[in-house]
Amino acid sequence: MRKLFIHSALTFLAVLFILPFYWTFLSAVKSTAELYQFPPVFWPAEWHFENFLTSWNKLPFNTFLWNSTVVVVLSTIGQLISSSLVAFGFARFRFPGRDALFILLLATMMIPWDVKMIPLYMEFNYLGWINTLKPLIVPSWFADAFFVFMLRQFIMTIPLEIDEAARMDGASSFDIFWRIHLPLMTPALILVGTFHFMNAWNDYLGPLIFLNDQSKYTLTLGLALFKDPHDIDITAVASITTLLCVPPLVLFFFAQRYIMEGAVGSAVKG
Amino acid sequence: MAAMQAGKRRARFSITPYLFISPWALGFLFFTLGPLVFSLTMSFYDWPVVGERTFVGLDNYRTMLMDDPMFWESLGITSRFALIYVPFNIVLSFLLALLLHHARFGVGFFRTAFYLPSVISGVALVMIWNWIYSSEYGLLNYMLSFAGIGPVNWLGDKNLAVVAIIVASLWGLGGTMLILLTGLKGIPRELYEAATVSGVPGWAQMLFITLPMLGPMLVFTFITSIIAAFQQLTIALLLTKGGPQNATYFFAMYIYDNAFKFYEMGYAAAGSWIMFLIVLALSMLVMRWSAAWSYYEGELKSKDGGHDA
Repeated sequence: MRKLFIHSALTFLAVLFILPFYWTFLSAVKSTAELYQFPPVFWPAEWHFENFLTSWNKLPFNTFLWNSTVVVVLSTIGQLISSSLVAFGFARFRFPGRDALFILLLATMMIPWDVKMIPLYMEFNYLGWINTLKPLIVPSWFADAFFVFMLRQFIMTIPLEIDEAARMDGASSFDIFWRIHLPLMTPALILVGTFHFMNAWNDYLGPLIFLNDQSKYTLTLGLALFKDPHDIDITAVASITTLLCVPPLVLFFFAQRYIMEGAVGSAVKG
Repeated sequence: MAAMQAGKRRARFSITPYLFISPWALGFLFFTLGPLVFSLTMSFYDWPVVGERTFVGLDNYRTMLMDDPMFWESLGITSRFALIYVPFNIVLSFLLALLLHHARFGVGFFRTAFYLPSVISGVALVMIWNWIYSSEYGLLNYMLSFAGIGPVNWLGDKNLAVVAIIVASLWGLGGTMLILLTGLKGIPRELYEAATVSGVPGWAQMLFITLPMLGPMLVFTFITSIIAAFQQLTIALLLTKGGPQNATYFFAMYIYDNAFKFYEMGYAAAGSWIMFLIVLALSMLVMRWSAAWSYYEGELKSKDGGHDA
């Protein structure tokens, strides 16, 4: 009886959570006539998959996709390299000021983005980086606190003997990091890469503030262009929204194992 | 090499560890500490993006608190939003986590379903909900029509627009749910078994085992939810644009407008510092409150131990 209740409740809620996705996908492939039909159609008579292509071509989405790709790829590489280096430094060395610096690092996670947004805009403006992709890429090369924390927790689980053995063989600290720890860290790096990819791909406020010209827009800004109150092109919005959701969803399915088991727990337990 | 190793062993000064953490240290200087100091400085100036800046002392703060009704209005809207969003986010996440924890099959599927909205962009989320709320062909009004509730103008009504944003935000509670689920899994089964044997009823087990054991995680989600509530910007910016009649003009939007619509960088910086202080104060309050609570937890544990023996 109790089990039945739990599973019916879960099923109902799961439908509630997934329905909006299905609804969006449906609106992308419906014919115009069915789109405005009331009561709504839950299984269209014809599936117009060509809507995706026509919507894509309504605005320069190839450019937006290119910009998003540049940002996501370059910033993810930077994030992986810098966070793992810093995490290794905090996890494997004893040095004056380490604990204070680490607490400082943790504290930076509490700072709201709104506080940094204005001075960062002025800083990038001064550097001449406004309306370029640099503000969306360069900071990622300087290690995000949350990812450093996650990777450090992971490195702490790797036995110290491995490092010591390598040191006996004459390996330098960087060798130990590069040849031993980096390969061992792969599951944690997949996690960091996934989270960072999602953040960069989904980011709206960063591009909104730092980019002006349409030629520099990322996909999220491109999609927001459709939100013209006078003439909302539902098919186009639904198509692009669907397409925008695909990469994070696909990535999520591949990295799911790591997300569910690894990060969340270690990140919170501290 | 040997020298470096010895240096590490005897804790003699070595440059190597600092080289490893230098990316973060430099980033901290240029993208966190620098901006923070800069922003604090800016908040004491009349500082346009281009043109002359003038030192005005505390004038920005004074004007904001005394002569700017939009400040109080937006702060009020954000506070009311937080007051509803934060408890709902935690309670619903907790209930979902609890259901998942007790489910026998399909756990992976359900977990994924609840987490999915959290992996998509805020813009996509807004586009999806914009549509669910549409008064003419929206999914929500269609569902409500079965219950005999007439077409509701979700985004056009002063009171309902805030509700609409809360619901849309709650759709993304997957992250919080996952954290609490991990917490639930970490509670030793023996505690429940011992309690059941001692005849402790289910509700008391929930109150005296589950909630205290989940304490640190609840505090963590409490704080992150508060920060999220105060930072609420994307959804309001795109879904309602602050309307109707400023009903969803959040505090973050007020700061954003001051900076990037009116180009009053100094004034906006002052606003952002007020937000920072509020968030900081609330977080401290939560932590202090939870410290009292953990003491209670420790006390309880010793009592439990006595019971067992």
